[in-house]
Amino acid sequence: MILAIASGKGGTGKTTVSVNLARAFDSEIQLLDCDVEEPNDHLFLKGEPTGREIIGIPVPEVDEALCDGCGECGRFCEYHAIVSFGTTPLVFPEMCHGCGGCTMVCPVKAIRETARPIGAVETRRARNVTLVQGRLDIGAAMAPPLIHAVKARLRKDLPAILDAPPGTSCPVIATLRGADLVLLVTEPTPFGLHDLTLAVEMVRELGIPFGVVVNRVGIGDDRVHRYCGQRHIPILLEIPDDRRIAEACSRGSLIVEALPEYRGLFRSLVEKTMFRTNPKEA
Amino acid sequence: MKVAFTVSGGDLAAPLDSRFGRAPKFLVYDLDRETFEVVDNRQSLDAAQGAGIQSAETVARLGAKALVTGHCGPKAFRVLRAAGIRIHYAGEGTVAEALARYRAGELPEAQTADVEGHWT
Repeated sequence: MILAIASGKGGTGKTTVSVNLARAFDSEIQLLDCDVEEPNDHLFLKGEPTGREIIGIPVPEVDEALCDGCGECGRFCEYHAIVSFGTTPLVFPEMCHGCGGCTMVCPVKAIRETARPIGAVETRRARNVTLVQGRLDIGAAMAPPLIHAVKARLRKDLPAILDAPPGTSCPVIATLRGADLVLLVTEPTPFGLHDLTLAVEMVRELGIPFGVVVNRVGIGDDRVHRYCGQRHIPILLEIPDDRRIAEACSRGSLIVEALPEYRGLFRSLVEKTMFRTNPKEA
Repeated sequence: MKVAFTVSGGDLAAPLDSRFGRAPKFLVYDLDRETFEVVDNRQSLDAAQGAGIQSAETVARLGAKALVTGHCGPKAFRVLRAAGIRIHYAGEGTVAEALARYRAGELPEAQTADVEGHWT
């Protein structure tokens, strides 16, 4: 079972839901922090680091002795990462998406690939949770290759929670593909509703079953609830707007540990999501 | 010899556009024939990234050996240099004025990019 936690809007509580759900799961589970630009699940799950691996994407390196300046590489590259004017091509590694196309189209095999580091995959062990997180280098433009590297650590024999980045663009898609169920975390405000509708369109496009978590219930208005009701979107969890929750989070504490009365709430979400027999019913 | 100018209009009376990578159009003036053509740069204008590189490729393909523009970023500068195109910075004014100053040798060749990438 792979459960992805996403949202259109940032700051709605994806991390809060992810880490508390993982702990409330009790038995062995994997948590993959795919928000590689700002991974922060580790702030809530204290434990021993168990590994760190540098991740790179393949970028072209041209052998000037072999290159005859035909320009095929430059004509192929959609991203203008390699440019040729009948001479040895210029390479712009920071533009390269690592597709390998230039290497393949070069008729004289003058291009080989070298790895350009974009970040790291770090693992740590925090009781029942194996946390795998990506950490993108500052200034690195492409999150998806690093997200794929994080997901490559996924063990098929264990359940997993994927904490997605906010929004609806490539890094989110890279995270959600392959998930069995998506939870869209939102807040009951006009901003929450607006970005929730975008996220709903995204998961519908991906064809993944989904449900909604409404966080900070009590603020804002009832439009998120009305929207979900009208479209028969299940609201799988409502987290009340409770100052003590905010205080626990600000200290880096898990809600399920600092406020045991909320444990049942997250446990119910575990039952509704991780132990469902038919994901299609969401 | 051909000289490329960055423009948003379509004739010599049009003001020089200060952007290179995201210039709306290029006016390519042929000094030998005293004629010019205007080429759309929509593709680079709409590019998510790599506009400077793509614009430099376009100017090279048009056969220009010199470029007169307002500013040029580092990647575009590298490509233009590799293509053997001389870069000249000019301030505000029309293409006709910039052309006159170019002919008079009042626009020295730029030795470096003068703005960071993603400059708007």
